[in-house]
Amino acid sequence: MTFEKLLVFINAIVPLALLAYDGWTQRLGANPVEFFLRTTGVLALIFLVLSLAVTPLRKMFGWNQLIKVRRMLGLFAFFYASIHLLTYSAFDKGGDVPAIAIDVWDRPFIAVGMTAFMILVPLAVTSTNKMIKRLGGKRWARLHKLAYAAATLGVTHFWMLVKSDVTYPALFGIAVAALLGYRIYAANYSAGAQGSRSAG
Amino acid sequence: MTFEPETMQEKEKITPEHVYLNRRNFIRAGLVAGSTFATGLAYRVFNPPPPKEIATAEIKDVKTTVWAAEKPNSFEEITSYNNFYEFSTSKTEVARAAADFVTRPWTIEVGGLVDRPRVFAIDELLSFQQEERVYRFRCVEGWSMVIPWIGFPVRRILDEVVPTSEAKYVAFETFYDGKTGMNPDVKLPEGRNGMQSSLFAGIDFPYVEGLRLDEAMHDLTIIATGLYGKQLPNQNGAPVRLVVPWKYGFKSIKSVVRITLTDREPPTTWNIASPTEYGFYSNVNPNVAHPRWSQATERRIGEFGTRPTLLFNGYEDQVAHLYDGMDLRKKF
Repeated sequence: MTFEKLLVFINAIVPLALLAYDGWTQRLGANPVEFFLRTTGVLALIFLVLSLAVTPLRKMFGWNQLIKVRRMLGLFAFFYASIHLLTYSAFDKGGDVPAIAIDVWDRPFIAVGMTAFMILVPLAVTSTNKMIKRLGGKRWARLHKLAYAAATLGVTHFWMLVKSDVTYPALFGIAVAALLGYRIYAANYSAGAQGSRSAG
Repeated sequence: MTFEPETMQEKEKITPEHVYLNRRNFIRAGLVAGSTFATGLAYRVFNPPPPKEIATAEIKDVKTTVWAAEKPNSFEEITSYNNFYEFSTSKTEVARAAADFVTRPWTIEVGGLVDRPRVFAIDELLSFQQEERVYRFRCVEGWSMVIPWIGFPVRRILDEVVPTSEAKYVAFETFYDGKTGMNPDVKLPEGRNGMQSSLFAGIDFPYVEGLRLDEAMHDLTIIATGLYGKQLPNQNGAPVRLVVPWKYGFKSIKSVVRITLTDREPPTTWNIASPTEYGFYSNVNPNVAHPRWSQATERRIGEFGTRPTLLFNGYEDQVAHLYDGMDLRKKF
């Protein structure tokens, strides 16, 4: 493992280590399940946003080293989203699969969150070098644009579940909108540039 | 001319490999330590250590009635997990934000459709016969507690002001209107630190609530002055709050400054914020789902799983008759 990867890995497991420590010493507050659920959800969103920030940061500032850690950031988003989903399934629903299905059907914010997770699954599965080769770089890149859909749905899920204070979901919304906006702008700009090149 | 001496000097300036490696390791170790510390700090913002326990005055000469068979939640649980949007929308942050809230002197103004409107000072309210009532408390968010409240029936106040025959409802209002203190006796924390703006809270201030007159006159409906044998901590709605055990927790308005009897259904805060989600009645009912949470089950604070929610929060025998002939799905 390169040093950059090691640095990201250590920092990415710090929140989990602190959660585990606080849980062990019973310092997760009066409603530990809710705290754990909320924190892992927020962490999944944070890592998703960080992974999406890599390309814009490279293009804008030339920080090309960041590409080395993008896969790890994305996988940590999937990792925390998985813990989030497992916590909900085990503690809120008592592992009762039909009850989860009913919940998805009944409550739009659960359906939206579940969809976001389902999108992350194929992205995690195709994150290996072998899969990139097998899919071909272009197709792989196109597939992984779905990360934006997952992030948008994740923010929507967060927005829908808060009772009335939307400050945190709004902050994530702004971050995802800015990153997506940059990509759309960059895509059009470079397409325009290519167009003028070919015209010339 | 010879360049040799200079070349020699330059060569000496080059850092020897072992020093270079040492320095690199040192920087790397610093990066790991520094970033880990920063990440840890960022996490702590989300999960701050619990606030210091707040000691309030004892309440003496208390009669006890237990209205819940279960073991009460701990004082720590009851005082560290609160919804009090005037201070913070984070339940674990309220205790800290409300620590400097000044609640003396305090008055409740009781008026509207009554024969004898008057102002009650906090000391007079505390001089009423105080009772301990151990009630279940069910939040609309899907969690619950068992709380040993201390207080007296709301009826005790209403009997004193004598509602007129037109009075059908009772409106309650809390201390903070988001702009200026409604009650000149109420002192906000210094510089209003910790006060939440209406914009970020997402609800209008002042927080208002209401009951039908017969609900307010019911013996289970109390004005709470304390819990666990002591006066109310700030985060629980000091110095006096409403407690209606068969309704969702948001009906039990905190830090009350005004009670007004009216002839029509008074506006209520959460109903204004989202009429499709929160009705005027808001009786605890496992059969009527909230659009975003199942109300069939609840998590008792201190437990990991969930338990079934009881109709009227288990007070069906005492209060169901208040709603005879009413469609509880429509009047949710």
